[in-house]
Amino acid sequence: MTDMTTAVGRPESDQRPSPTVAQRQGWSRWNARLIQAFLALTALVWLAPLLYTLYTSLRPYSDTAARGYVSLPGTLNLENYVAAWTQADMPQFFWNTIIVTIPAVVLTLLLSSMVAFAVSRFSLASNLTLLIIFTAGNLLPQQVIITPLYRLFLLIPLPEFLSDSGVLFDSYLGIILIHVAFQMGFCVFVLSNYMKTLPRELTEAALVDGTTVWAMYWRIILPLSRPPLAALATLQFTWIYNDFFWALVLMQSGDKRPITSAIGSLGGLYFTDNNLIAAGALLAAIPTLVVFLVLQKQFVRGLTLGSTKG
Amino acid sequence: MTATTTAPRSRRRRPRRRERFLTRRDVVVLAVMIGIPTLLHVGFVWFPTLASVLLSFTSWDGIGGLGTITPAGIENYRNVVTIYPPFWPAIAHNVLWLVFFLLVATPFGIFLALLLDKELAGTRFYQSALYLPVVLSLVVIGFIAQLIYAPEQGLINNLLSRTEPGEVIDWLGNPRINLWAVLIMASWRHVGYIMILYLAGLKSVDPTLKEAAAIDGASESQTFFRVVFPVLRPINIVVLVITVIESLRAFDIVYVINKGTNGLELLSILITNNIIGEASRIGFGSALAVILLVVSLGAIVPYLYVTFRKDQAA
Repeated sequence: MTDMTTAVGRPESDQRPSPTVAQRQGWSRWNARLIQAFLALTALVWLAPLLYTLYTSLRPYSDTAARGYVSLPGTLNLENYVAAWTQADMPQFFWNTIIVTIPAVVLTLLLSSMVAFAVSRFSLASNLTLLIIFTAGNLLPQQVIITPLYRLFLLIPLPEFLSDSGVLFDSYLGIILIHVAFQMGFCVFVLSNYMKTLPRELTEAALVDGTTVWAMYWRIILPLSRPPLAALATLQFTWIYNDFFWALVLMQSGDKRPITSAIGSLGGLYFTDNNLIAAGALLAAIPTLVVFLVLQKQFVRGLTLGSTKG
Repeated sequence: MTATTTAPRSRRRRPRRRERFLTRRDVVVLAVMIGIPTLLHVGFVWFPTLASVLLSFTSWDGIGGLGTITPAGIENYRNVVTIYPPFWPAIAHNVLWLVFFLLVATPFGIFLALLLDKELAGTRFYQSALYLPVVLSLVVIGFIAQLIYAPEQGLINNLLSRTEPGEVIDWLGNPRINLWAVLIMASWRHVGYIMILYLAGLKSVDPTLKEAAAIDGASESQTFFRVVFPVLRPINIVVLVITVIESLRAFDIVYVINKGTNGLELLSILITNNIIGEASRIGFGSALAVILLVVSLGAIVPYLYVTFRKDQAA
């Protein structure tokens, strides 16, 4: 791996013409190897907890009981996964996750792209105020608003078919709405920054041609915003999937909680030994690990869009 | 197409002229497009924030209707700081969390970003490994923490061969060390997060700046501290704000481990206990929330100022 250093490394740092070329090249090659060794070691340390979790999850409890947790395996199988899946009622919790996450992501992107479109394409007096309200709202710790929010959710009535509790509290819709309300802040900020970089003439010309505002949004700006929308969809899916707090407090019925909240609050009941904990944790992490493996680029783009303005 | 792409992007806006093309229907559509999301956001985020502030000066058990709310002055705040035992430990733990993130986790993430920015062989792999924990929920990380720190079945004690009842180290149960154990696991994720953000910032730095500094004889650390770091001011601020906010938001991992007790008390936990706990003291919980709010605004307001100042000037 080290032999590739010079080929891959930046030419300007390795072959810079200067009086001390030979000296510098020798030093920087040695330096590069040291850095690589450090990075490789750090990467290994970073992967270790997850690799250990995977290893433990594949060993039956009897195997670790007899040989200890730090040992070579006698048997490896998927027993723990089967047990965690059935004992902890995971199919139900995954279904709850789907009911909450998909509408929440779609609504978040739809509503925040509307606001972003309006503030980036029209000079309204309220533009800056709106952007500040949305951006700041997203930065508040969730616990700052939870006490009145909890009361508010108990006071808002819902028809029977939307909530068996009759109110927003303890309903799927309530969880979806608080995700949308909270996550919109970040998305409005990111999307409006992106839409501001699209040429003004696009919509100015359309406006002169008599295109309606809605068509401008739906047929011109939204299709052009596909790159940040894809990145944000990936990011929002991960964040909403990973949420523990909202569903813990605002969803009282344990059997209606999405997977992360469900195992976070009740995991100890089902997962009686470390092998089961490992399998349960990995099962709950599968969708996000898929994001990591398949949509890494989109996820990273989503994260950095908020900090680098485009 | 050529006309649109060659036009300057951030041209001064001309509001009056354009609004003329909007029909009455357009104006209504636009109002709805802004109105619905704003109503939802303000109603579920800012209204509760304001309500927290107001309720913190009242007394309400939440059982009776809104009519049973009675004013209480600063009584709640006085009680929080004088007769509520977990308050000061929680503040101390939040401060420690923040200091650890600011002085250890965030600088380490920045340091790793600098090393990865050299694009040596294998960088893609190292980068992926380092950011892997970022996609995981803190609930999953809390579970992994138990695998590592558990007294008899945990990885560390097994590696140290300290699994007999008398000699185990109770990493998560001993209130003198458990916060540190949790901070290590929380940093596992935070470092990767900061690394990703900072690396994106470093990629945006004009490479000729670094070259010029090197030709002038600047060492690598001089180049970073005197040239790159000042240029990256926007990203530095983002990283700083994220570090502060993440430290104040810390909740999930601690709740999963022991519901935030026995050495793991945090402000966020105390607030939540006042809702889902048995005694529901709304005014008291709100007072705690307002304390968290004030601290958060210390990071949020400067961030907004820096971010939107030039928008206003433009």
